Amino acid sequence: MAQTTFDGSPVGVLEALRQLRRQAASYQGIWSWIATVDHKRIGIMYGITAFLFFLAGGVEALAIRLQLARPGAQVLDQEVYNQMFTMHGTTMIFLVVMPLSAAFFNLIVPLQIGARDVAFPRLNAFSYWTFLMGGIFLYSSIFFGGAPNGGWFGYAPLTEKAFNPGHGIDFWALGLQILGISSLASGFNFIVTILNMRAPGMSLLRMPVFTWMTLVTSFLIIFAMPVLAVGLFELSFDRLFGANFFNPLKGGTPLLWQHLFWLFGHPEVYILILPAMGIVSEVLPTFARKPLFGYPFVVFSGIAIAFMSFGVWVHHMYTTGLGPVANSAFGVSTILIAVPTGVKIFNWLGTLWGGDIRFKTPLLFALGFITMFVVGGLTGVTHSMVPSDYQQQDTYYVVAHFHQVLFGGAIFALFAGIYYWFPKFTGKLLDERLGQLHFWLMLIGFNVTFQPMMILGLLGMPRRIQTYPTGMGWDLWNMIATVGAFLIALSVLVFIINVIITARRGQRAGADPWDGRTLEWSIPSPVPPYNFARIPLVRARDDFWHQKYREDEAGRPIPVVAGGAHQEHEEEHAQHIHMPSPSFFPLIAAMGFPIIAYGFVLADYALVAAGAVVLLFGIYGWALEPASE
Amino acid sequence: MAQRTHAVEHLETSTGLDNRKLAMWLFLASEALFFGSLIATYLLYRGQSTEGPYPSDVFNIPFTSVSSFILLMSSTTMALAVGAAHRGRLHQMRTWLLCTALLGISFLAGQAFEFTEFVHKGLTLSTNLFGSSFYLLTGFHGAHVSVGVLILLSLWVMALRGRIGQHNALNVELAGLYWHFVDIVWILIFTLVYLLDPLAEGR
Repeated sequence: MAQTTFDGSPVGVLEALRQLRRQAASYQGIWSWIATVDHKRIGIMYGITAFLFFLAGGVEALAIRLQLARPGAQVLDQEVYNQMFTMHGTTMIFLVVMPLSAAFFNLIVPLQIGARDVAFPRLNAFSYWTFLMGGIFLYSSIFFGGAPNGGWFGYAPLTEKAFNPGHGIDFWALGLQILGISSLASGFNFIVTILNMRAPGMSLLRMPVFTWMTLVTSFLIIFAMPVLAVGLFELSFDRLFGANFFNPLKGGTPLLWQHLFWLFGHPEVYILILPAMGIVSEVLPTFARKPLFGYPFVVFSGIAIAFMSFGVWVHHMYTTGLGPVANSAFGVSTILIAVPTGVKIFNWLGTLWGGDIRFKTPLLFALGFITMFVVGGLTGVTHSMVPSDYQQQDTYYVVAHFHQVLFGGAIFALFAGIYYWFPKFTGKLLDERLGQLHFWLMLIGFNVTFQPMMILGLLGMPRRIQTYPTGMGWDLWNMIATVGAFLIALSVLVFIINVIITARRGQRAGADPWDGRTLEWSIPSPVPPYNFARIPLVRARDDFWHQKYREDEAGRPIPVVAGGAHQEHEEEHAQHIHMPSPSFFPLIAAMGFPIIAYGFVLADYALVAAGAVVLLFGIYGWALEPASE
Repeated sequence: MAQRTHAVEHLETSTGLDNRKLAMWLFLASEALFFGSLIATYLLYRGQSTEGPYPSDVFNIPFTSVSSFILLMSSTTMALAVGAAHRGRLHQMRTWLLCTALLGISFLAGQAFEFTEFVHKGLTLSTNLFGSSFYLLTGFHGAHVSVGVLILLSLWVMALRGRIGQHNALNVELAGLYWHFVDIVWILIFTLVYLLDPLAEGR
């Protein structure tokens, strides 16, 4: 270890931390996780944390459905109801789908490109801890007079202090700010990792599609998040320091908030769905035993979606009176963005066509994704039509649409990914029968929940109402939707049981249980800390498949003798691999953010200063610590 | 040390660009949208304030021109520091780093003076739309300059202790990228916030 001296600052504390860190390298238990910079461990922590938030968001959804099951019910009062749907939306988007995607970025991307870790391992740990701190901060609002209650889009001036006193919205605005920092940090990290850390021969157009979609999503994150940050800062300055950005009495306009929010918000939709599309593009070829049909089209349509996603935001604002020109222009751009999305769907169908299909759980979830996403996408096209959207605006039809995309789409694909890659990181296969039960229960539950909402929306039931009178023709459909929601909950329970049973006595998985195509299947399960004993040399797209199979004249795969077998003496070679050392500083730096945020919410500026000191201490300790020993 | 990461682990990258340099460019690209949104807010609310003081009531263009000039000159000294670091002229590098930091501090002092003046003339964050959008935009820019000064002073201290040299000149170069970006943003702010109204009115 390169001994460095850091004098002239709180030497004692820093030295103690160094000491801790040296020990951390040899720690086994919880400390080795807290100080870890290993992308696989960080990915697992992301996944577990996001799943816990998924359960919280799910309980909120069940509470909402219980309240709406019958007309005139009083399960939740209006204030609590508002908090429930706000926290449900905010949780599912920022604390579930985004971090679950981040879990897969972490777990899979370095393996798919043949790298030993991400470009900035400590920044990666910082992303995770900041996400955790942001989530805890947001949920701690419950103990400070109530959770946020302004909807996940927090429309100003409804969220201004005058109309929404209390701390809820402050927690929301600052909590999202913290989560934004986490996303930005991982965005930079994964772009650099994917562009710079590829194994020899892994050209851009040989990269697996999931890695491609991670790259595209990361670009969306770094360009969309700062716009949200400005909107949130303006809202926070209005609420905390009496600025006028959304104060109508001084000429402030609600449209400014909506433009900033949706200029972030629509790319955000693709931040949520592109990783899911990437997962499906990995699962389908593996279980159809065919290469992905039209690989360049899948990649370039993903890029096209990313570009176009910054030009469609006004379709969230048709009814705000921007006029026919703006509405028509954005209507056209919204119709156009369906084209690259449709291209992908045809490519997936083409991948399955003529394939040697094995209906394992990951494939079932991927197929569930495609079918549900098509319905979601088509209902989205009906929103792009301005006159039609005028009718649907703020009805349950919209609620049904985006759940069709984000649950039927993103969550199904994420479960496909969980079943697909679970053996890679645990060494055990999830139980197939329970997996299929999970899938069918979830698919049925999903449709029983959300298809009635389409009808409810067309019958005129508005969003975000706490209750409704009987005799509107909504009673039956609401009751059915509630039953469906509990079916979904049951399916999640089956999944949890599956994980527990698998952990106890699951079937051992070898390195390559699915006969996979990409590099992650060429290394042992669970993956050793250094990933690759030898950095692979990549000669083709789906390189690992080509090591295992050659083609006969008819294009059928023929196994190569001992193809893809592991080199011997790997362990011996691996002893000489230097991995980045663990560090506590990312966690310390991340802890600064919620302290600063509490200070602002409670107008306690000593606390702000204390948080800033913690943050700076973390950053300086980080910058000055030796990177490897 | 960070530079050892650079030397040992990332000797070669797929693109040939250094990891940290690529990350800095990406960070600045992201920052461009941050300031873009702040500037857009200012322009949207330009001339929309329902009560004064208005920009022409408070702006002192000659004064701000001088402080803008100081900030632009700091980009020159920053470039000189980067050049000296690459050539291994450590004494020069330290001098130019300190000069850049001091010029940055002078700019911040000018901004503090200007804000105080404006408050005395009755413009606060909550006076009108101009006050809100002006202070948010220039305040966030000032915060970025402050962070830059902190980075420069940290580099200067490290250089004094012999921990910055030719082998890790990249640290200085990265600080330079950030510093130039913050300067360029100020050129936009000075033009769009301070000069646009007088120009439009032909003053």
